[in-house]
Amino acid sequence: MILVWLILIPFIGGLLSWQAERYSRGLPRWIALLTMAGVLGTSIWLWATGDYSITGTGFAAAAGQTPSWTIEFQAQWIPSIGASFHLGLDGLSLLLVVLTNLIGVLAIACSWKEIERNVGFFHLNLLWNLGGVVGIFLALDMFLFFFFWEMMLVPMFFLIALWGHNIPGGKGRVYAAIKFFIYTQASGFLMLVSILAMVFLHQQATGKLSFDYHDLLNTPMGAQVEWWLMLGFFGAFAVKMPVVPFHTWLPDAHGQAPTAGSVDLAGILLKTAAYGLLRFGIPFFPHASAAFAPVAMWLGVVGIIYGAVVAFSQTDIKRFVAYTSISHMGFIVIGIYAGTEQALQGVVVQMIAHGLSAGALFILCGEIYERLHTRDISKMGGLWSRFPNLPPIMLFFSAASLGLPGLGNFVGEFLILVGSFDAAPVVTIIAASGLILAAVYSLYLVQRALHGAPQPLPEGVQLNKQGLLKDLSKRELVMMLSLMALLMGLGLYPQIVMDTAKAPVQAVQTIYKAATTPSVVAVTGANP
Amino acid sequence: MISYLPLVFVFPLIGFLILAFGRGRLSENLAAIVGVGSVGLSAATTAYVGYDFLTHLPASGAYVVPLWTWMSVGTFNVEFALKLDGLSLTMLSVITGVGFLIHLFASWYMRGDDGYGRFLSYMNLFVASMLFLVLGDDLLFLYFGWEGVGLCSYLLIGFWYKDAANGAAARKAFVITRVGDTFMAIALFILYREFGTLNIDELQRLAPQAWAVGAPLATATAMLLLGGAVGKSAQLPLQTWLPDAMAGPTPVSALIHAATMVTAGVYLIARTHVLFELSPVAMQWVGGIGAVTLLLAGFTALMQTDIKKILAYSTMSQIGYMFLAEGAGAYQPAVFHLMTHAFFKALLFLSSGSVILAMHHEQDIFKMGGLYKKIPFVFACMLIGTLALTAFPFTSGYFSKDEILHQAYLTGHYELWAAGLFGAFLTAVYSFRLIFITFFGPERWRQAQAHGHGHGHDDHGHGAGEPHGAHTLDHHIPLAILLVLAVVGGYIHLPLSAVLPEAHIAGGDHGPAYIAHLPFVASMAGLVVSWLLFLQFPQVPAALARGAATAWIGKLWKNAWGFDWLYDALFKAPFVWAARINRNDFIDGLIGLIPAGLRGAASLATATQTGGLRWYAAVAGAGLCLLIAVVALH
Repeated sequence: MILVWLILIPFIGGLLSWQAERYSRGLPRWIALLTMAGVLGTSIWLWATGDYSITGTGFAAAAGQTPSWTIEFQAQWIPSIGASFHLGLDGLSLLLVVLTNLIGVLAIACSWKEIERNVGFFHLNLLWNLGGVVGIFLALDMFLFFFFWEMMLVPMFFLIALWGHNIPGGKGRVYAAIKFFIYTQASGFLMLVSILAMVFLHQQATGKLSFDYHDLLNTPMGAQVEWWLMLGFFGAFAVKMPVVPFHTWLPDAHGQAPTAGSVDLAGILLKTAAYGLLRFGIPFFPHASAAFAPVAMWLGVVGIIYGAVVAFSQTDIKRFVAYTSISHMGFIVIGIYAGTEQALQGVVVQMIAHGLSAGALFILCGEIYERLHTRDISKMGGLWSRFPNLPPIMLFFSAASLGLPGLGNFVGEFLILVGSFDAAPVVTIIAASGLILAAVYSLYLVQRALHGAPQPLPEGVQLNKQGLLKDLSKRELVMMLSLMALLMGLGLYPQIVMDTAKAPVQAVQTIYKAATTPSVVAVTGANP
Repeated sequence: MISYLPLVFVFPLIGFLILAFGRGRLSENLAAIVGVGSVGLSAATTAYVGYDFLTHLPASGAYVVPLWTWMSVGTFNVEFALKLDGLSLTMLSVITGVGFLIHLFASWYMRGDDGYGRFLSYMNLFVASMLFLVLGDDLLFLYFGWEGVGLCSYLLIGFWYKDAANGAAARKAFVITRVGDTFMAIALFILYREFGTLNIDELQRLAPQAWAVGAPLATATAMLLLGGAVGKSAQLPLQTWLPDAMAGPTPVSALIHAATMVTAGVYLIARTHVLFELSPVAMQWVGGIGAVTLLLAGFTALMQTDIKKILAYSTMSQIGYMFLAEGAGAYQPAVFHLMTHAFFKALLFLSSGSVILAMHHEQDIFKMGGLYKKIPFVFACMLIGTLALTAFPFTSGYFSKDEILHQAYLTGHYELWAAGLFGAFLTAVYSFRLIFITFFGPERWRQAQAHGHGHGHDDHGHGAGEPHGAHTLDHHIPLAILLVLAVVGGYIHLPLSAVLPEAHIAGGDHGPAYIAHLPFVASMAGLVVSWLLFLQFPQVPAALARGAATAWIGKLWKNAWGFDWLYDALFKAPFVWAARINRNDFIDGLIGLIPAGLRGAASLATATQTGGLRWYAAVAGAGLCLLIAVVALH
């Protein structure tokens, strides 16, 4: 039941803060913050007390055993079509739930001053989106999963369309919101077709109509069919990840979204795609995935390099961070399809590290925008002498982005590369050039935004008595320092995360390995 | 008392944290006490631990202090563990000892700078990272420090951030070394795949069992590691960042770009020498790169006018000697030269910093001259440093460089030996050129003054243009100690024999006796040539500069053989071009064709709905014809 509450509380909190706006403008913020802090605390408590050495992923019910999860919940939902309200938690989903709730708290905290219009409805959308994402990470029924997958879109659409920016020269927030919606919707449709096809195949074979993860895991299908269904899933996740060339919604969405929307997008929404591949894409279609791996890995390489090159020439700081995200997500694609334990653990660490560092960079973008009223990098220059604290913090997160050892991103990227080398040496070597490009674009940003001679201030911006701009407030400092501490913790002692993710990662790896060595399938196909 | 070893890097880290969080709130004196004191404590700890190590030598030759497990995924295990052996102790002593002196000097040099605390915080962070680099017993831990020093180097080169040129130099340094680092990372991937570990001792034990000498994979690995080493140590072909790095404050050049970080490549090769020895090809490359770099850098130094750039090329050239030695299998002399070079090059850089401040931030030696009367102590330091650099008998550089050349000869690397010998001549020419032009000859700064080129930032309260010396202890003490070390450092016996092998010298052959004296002869010849060219007959270089061919060569040397130009054309320009033309992401444009196409199709379809009966009838008729035709032809 606790899993249901993890999803439900944000929904209730959202409704409450929507209604609370009648009483005061501050109240919705506090309600939303307390709600998310509450679920964050709950999820951390689950982490501390649970046994994460088990996972149901990769379980073949044919073996006659009951798949087990750290926590599982199942209730009847729509029995006529075989869909049930089935939730399950293992190490992988736990980590992402914690990340979601943490990013949620930050998203609320960073909008504290930014959002002035319709505060209540804003928080309704934000919290429903977060609740939907948690649902994605917990759902073990494909119907339910798809329900949450679509459900997180609508609030996000409103966040961009209603509270977004219309930056000069951009195509507008509504355009960006619609683009985001169409991309995700169209690709989600591919996944729906695949899900339905799988359900029917399963029904044909067993006579049981079921959307359940455990049932569908051993759906018998021919190689050809498996290939097409795998592509349907991959399509949905590739758009969400995003994989080049399906990425172009992301810079627009980030460019126009409010800070909280960007933090949410970069921090967790993109991770749902990686999660989907790990939880569903590969376990459902191991053979097709293994056959597809070279293509996917090359797409990852293209993403790393393409994202980095385009990032270099961006002038809007949020589009810049968006393209760097595309580049970083390329590593995740490679890691998932390399399928070794190291690479998959690297994927998990990279997901969290990128969630924290990209989230932090978007918060910083928002803070700079609040103070300078511009997101044009060429108008920043010399910020180092304008603020005491903001520039060093930005430098820190740029260093994280370029993969400095000691911070989480390095652990993720290095594990991915070292783990992929055995599977695909050429891909890995070319992907490693991403380390150089990351240094090029990150330091170029530092140069253009922070270093150099101070630029004339944009119109309407005033310096304070010390000749400085208003530095980070306590709220902002606490956010930043905690993110820095987390990123360093992840960089110096990633084991705490990797131990939690160990069981699911090993399950995925076993499935994958069985698929790549056909002779073994017959022997170990039953239970990893 | 080996358990105190972690304190060596804990002190500078604490110093960094205090300074980083106390920015703007600490007074200069307090910042100096924290920043210099932390490195001082680190040096004291090193001395204590080092004494203990030398008096209680472990049977295995090394102590290992495990801290915690960094990553453990399946078979991939990486420990944070510190390893103390003769080699790391040597590096530790240089880093903390010379580092402390340079910090002390820096606390004087940077007085009055806005970013005083920030400067010392970066310096402390650098020392800590450099200690990780040399203490790590795992290649990934080493890589941790390796990247950390790179970042600190970046921060300190670009320390005066308001000038965009400094930022460009800093980025150049980071990105070019990152290229090398990436090669090194790939070497790590190969090593892990082959041996399932990145622990250095394990690798050195397993590699010779698995790889035959000359195995292709062994060569690939060694070459990739060499890629990392040449990036960090500014050797060909990744050398171009070092001269630009002189944009940083002079103590930075002394600490990072002379004494410690740039020698990390030498350390890496020594540390993984077993892997290199599995590949004779890679060993040839190590020696060859060293020899070519030392010559190219020597010629380039001849034509520089900026006092720091001369020293930068000289550093590049001296590290070339160390690579040369390693290529010949003479690891011990290489590390020995690393240490003596740290002494005399730190001395030279700090003295040059003193000269620069005395000249009111002038770095062009052709605007100096006759300074020996004005700043005699600095002149003495500079002269001693130069004598050590040119391997004058019984100075520290004499012992180390002679040993390198001697062993190169005895191991049969005659071409390396010849290059080194000629390099010794070049070293003497460019080093004494610096001495003669700066400290002797006409007092050119008087002309500059007369022509009204007085310097803007004379913040020391002296008459404009008049050189003035420093008189404080924090200036004198570091120079004096380094001066002593530059002279007597050659008598230090390094505890390296348990870590590094002796060079393979056939049958105890010592070669002809005159071989040992040739380097001295070469240096003296260089001194004389330098004296003739730059002090006695300055009209000769002037005439050479007018000749078409000689002027062209001079230009080539001055621009460091055009590598910057080449790399700009080959790498930077295409990248920037590709980024510029694709600023708007052409894929977005392509995908935009889909809605555009839909819209077009929609308008076409709309256009057919004309409402005209005749049009509808015609279309219906045409359709019917088509249908019949298809059916009939089928």
